[in-house]
Amino acid sequence: MYIIDRRLNPGGKSLANRQRFLRRAKAQIQRAVRQTAGDRDITDLDRGGEVSIPADGVREPSFRRSGEGGVHDHILPGNKRFVEGDTIDRPPGGAGSGSSGGDSGEGEDDFRFALTRDEFLDLFLDDLELPDLAKRRVATVETQGMRRAGYTVTGSPVNLALLRSMRNALSRRIALRRPKPQELLRLQEEIDRLEERGGESGRLAALREELDRLKHRTRRFPYIDPIDLRYRRFEPVSRPVAQAVMFCLMDVSGSMTEHMKDLAKRFYMLLYIFLTRRYKHVEIVFIRHTHEAKEVDEETFFNSPETGGTVVSSALREMQRIVGERYSPDSWNIYAAQASDGDNSPNDGTTSAALLRDVILPICQYYAYLEVGSDSDRMQTGFINHKTSLWQTYESLIEHGANLAMRKVNHRREIYPVFRELFRRRDAEAIARVP
Amino acid sequence: MSAIEQDNLIFHGADWDFGTIQRVYDAVEAIAVGELGLDVYPNQIEVITAEQMLDAYASIGMPLFYKHWSFGKHFALHESSYRQGLMGLAYEIVINSNPCISYIMEENTATMQTLVIAHAAFGHNHFFKNNYLFKEWTDADGILDYLEFAKGYVTRCEERYGHAAVERVLDAAHAMMSHGVHRYPRKKRPDLRSEERREQERHRHQEQTFNDLWRTVPTKGTAAKPQLSEERRRALLELPQENILYFLEKSAPRLQPWQREILRIVRQIAQYFYPQRQTKVMNEGCATYCHYRIMTRLHEKGQISDGAFLEFLQSHTNVTRQPEFDDPHYGGINPYALGFGMMQDIERICTRPTDEDREWFPAIAGSGDAMAVLRDVWANYRDESFISQYLSPHLIRQWRMFHLVDDPDRPELMVEAIHDERGYRRLRRSLSRHYDVGWSDPDIQVIDVDLAGDRRLILHHHVLNRTMLHKDDAQRVLQMVANLWGYAVVLKEVDPATGAIFQEHVAHPHETLF
Repeated sequence: MYIIDRRLNPGGKSLANRQRFLRRAKAQIQRAVRQTAGDRDITDLDRGGEVSIPADGVREPSFRRSGEGGVHDHILPGNKRFVEGDTIDRPPGGAGSGSSGGDSGEGEDDFRFALTRDEFLDLFLDDLELPDLAKRRVATVETQGMRRAGYTVTGSPVNLALLRSMRNALSRRIALRRPKPQELLRLQEEIDRLEERGGESGRLAALREELDRLKHRTRRFPYIDPIDLRYRRFEPVSRPVAQAVMFCLMDVSGSMTEHMKDLAKRFYMLLYIFLTRRYKHVEIVFIRHTHEAKEVDEETFFNSPETGGTVVSSALREMQRIVGERYSPDSWNIYAAQASDGDNSPNDGTTSAALLRDVILPICQYYAYLEVGSDSDRMQTGFINHKTSLWQTYESLIEHGANLAMRKVNHRREIYPVFRELFRRRDAEAIARVP
Repeated sequence: MSAIEQDNLIFHGADWDFGTIQRVYDAVEAIAVGELGLDVYPNQIEVITAEQMLDAYASIGMPLFYKHWSFGKHFALHESSYRQGLMGLAYEIVINSNPCISYIMEENTATMQTLVIAHAAFGHNHFFKNNYLFKEWTDADGILDYLEFAKGYVTRCEERYGHAAVERVLDAAHAMMSHGVHRYPRKKRPDLRSEERREQERHRHQEQTFNDLWRTVPTKGTAAKPQLSEERRRALLELPQENILYFLEKSAPRLQPWQREILRIVRQIAQYFYPQRQTKVMNEGCATYCHYRIMTRLHEKGQISDGAFLEFLQSHTNVTRQPEFDDPHYGGINPYALGFGMMQDIERICTRPTDEDREWFPAIAGSGDAMAVLRDVWANYRDESFISQYLSPHLIRQWRMFHLVDDPDRPELMVEAIHDERGYRRLRRSLSRHYDVGWSDPDIQVIDVDLAGDRRLILHHHVLNRTMLHKDDAQRVLQMVANLWGYAVVLKEVDPATGAIFQEHVAHPHETLF
């Protein structure tokens, strides 16, 4: 009998099966994920969760009898009062009476199961793509990997290259004419034979001398020598890692309500999750501004109130300064998302536009402007084409060919569609355009 | 005195280590082989975690298996209900292989490990090694190697032909798995090597008897090919054929060789599991009876403590509980309970027979050696024959069984038989039929195909008790049959008595498979 401890064996043996299952039901799961995401708080998005899909799509059919129609018979234990020939009213619910009457297949209910965080996000962000990846830089080295690089004469025993060592030993033995065991054996046998017969002492002596010489030689040239040993050599290689920085710019002047900040936060959240899926290393810089701009931490960014006027160019200048100091465009992918209610001081428009066009946009991979409105705005925008001052400024930039994305959002359920629209995979768009 | 008792125990408390397992195994083996006379494959006991148990569940308990999405689905299902606490895991899984592999969970207490070893490593193991169905249909020595081959083959096919193509074939094969077994042993076909040898001998003979003169003899001119008779044509295709997978593998005109091989793999695996489906009651009954005897004996010999024995009894009674039909927990007849009940009943008949037993079971009543009778039963019966032979009036009374018939033509359900003189035999016959897979699986056969004509494949479902196939499922499976066959397929649901056709399903192939 053997006892084998399998507990330390790597788990996840059915991972490949699971992936096949997810791939199979992808469309349905994706729909379920979107639905779940709609119900869920965006801060919770970064978490796996249970989804349920219609069982029909993953059904495994087989030839089986239907539960309805035909004669069924049952053998049941626990008879208390029946005698032969008794009749019993059918239980309500139709023909398939008795407990064993139910068919052995799965029910028609939904199929519920849990997705891990990664699977959830993959499906959630699937078919989104970063715009314009051409500029991706390689920069700071983050990982050190090992790579096979030939052989070496020193090393640890685990790295011993057995085949190579034995081959060296073999060639050395041949080169130095180390006697083969068969040779010695043959010689010995001949000596033995001569000794038995007696006489012919001259030949015998010569043979003995020869044997001694060969034995001596065998001792001098060992079967394997430290000089033969070779070890596998590994050398460290550095793997470049793409990195990105994400600038969050937000107007925090008095006109921005909690609702608007919430919308902005949700958008940043999605952007962050998205970027972390694409880049190994993502940094975030929060810049808030009123009439002057400041880099702050996340807590302050979203929560602490501030009063003052609104000068957008101040934030752009602050961003320019930080980029200059810490994030050289040569080695960083720069993303910026600006959220505002659209107010700007009247004389700042041209300054902002010029700054954006000449300085910010050229260094950015992507610049998104998100105009957040209050919940009640929605009706208005439908009828009257009301444009805020900032919207007008940016619109004119786009007309002049600036690479800038802008959207307006009033309700938090619009966040995700807007986000999807901004990052939709380009080739999908191209295909869609072809009639 | 207490010190001596202490020394005799093979473990204390609930904790165990590998030394404990070894002691337990030796103690259990001494009883199982020495006293009960069980004959087992060598054992291999593997300790696994709950996670690994879930993994094993997903691949039908086998340690290695090819990859398919349906296993992932089952894994997700089990995992989700396990995490929510809806489902406990089995204490063990045992594999019919040589050596016999038993998985035991690390969470089990020492008592449970003893129980599991007695149950799986000896009870099931003995059954696997000795039952005629397993001997006939399964190759315990080769199964793991075969699965290894199957896994590798499917993987290579996926690399070569793409996941989607392989998946389509596997889906179709899985759907027909229940109709992919041979129910009776067939004539042994010569294997490749002997074929080759025969071919060489024939060739040599031709060379030796070669005479060029024969070439010059005038012939009558090629005669028109004789029309094959209907009978002959069907015989050549081995029709009618109830093993649909086998038929498709051998005769489907448009399948690639690798597709045939995959059908073959699924068919072989279905065949390997075929005995298990027919011996559920006996297999579990055998294992349960063995563990009960072994644990009781361990307790008698003072090798396990009273506490451990009570823990065992609690778990044992849970397993062998049979709720009555009006109990909300009733979910059909519990194979553990029925199997264990019948084995115990046989023991009673052998050792303490009543007059009734002498009348019903003259061959074994009062024979005294219950183990010899049981070993014979375990070797030579399957559920259906076992029940129709050995279900005693005593047990029928004890369970208070009755037979209920649900005929849609009658307004009410009818009690056909109860536990009385008139009912015993009828009850026994009906119950045994429930365990006959030939009766419980729909009888579907390939009847005919006109290979020279439109190649339409004709299947018949011989309808039993007027119960049709599940329509939606039947249509889906038929679609898969058509995809494999490559031409139209028709499935007729036929009344075997009158030959009347109740229903017809037709499917035309999608071109995607090729």
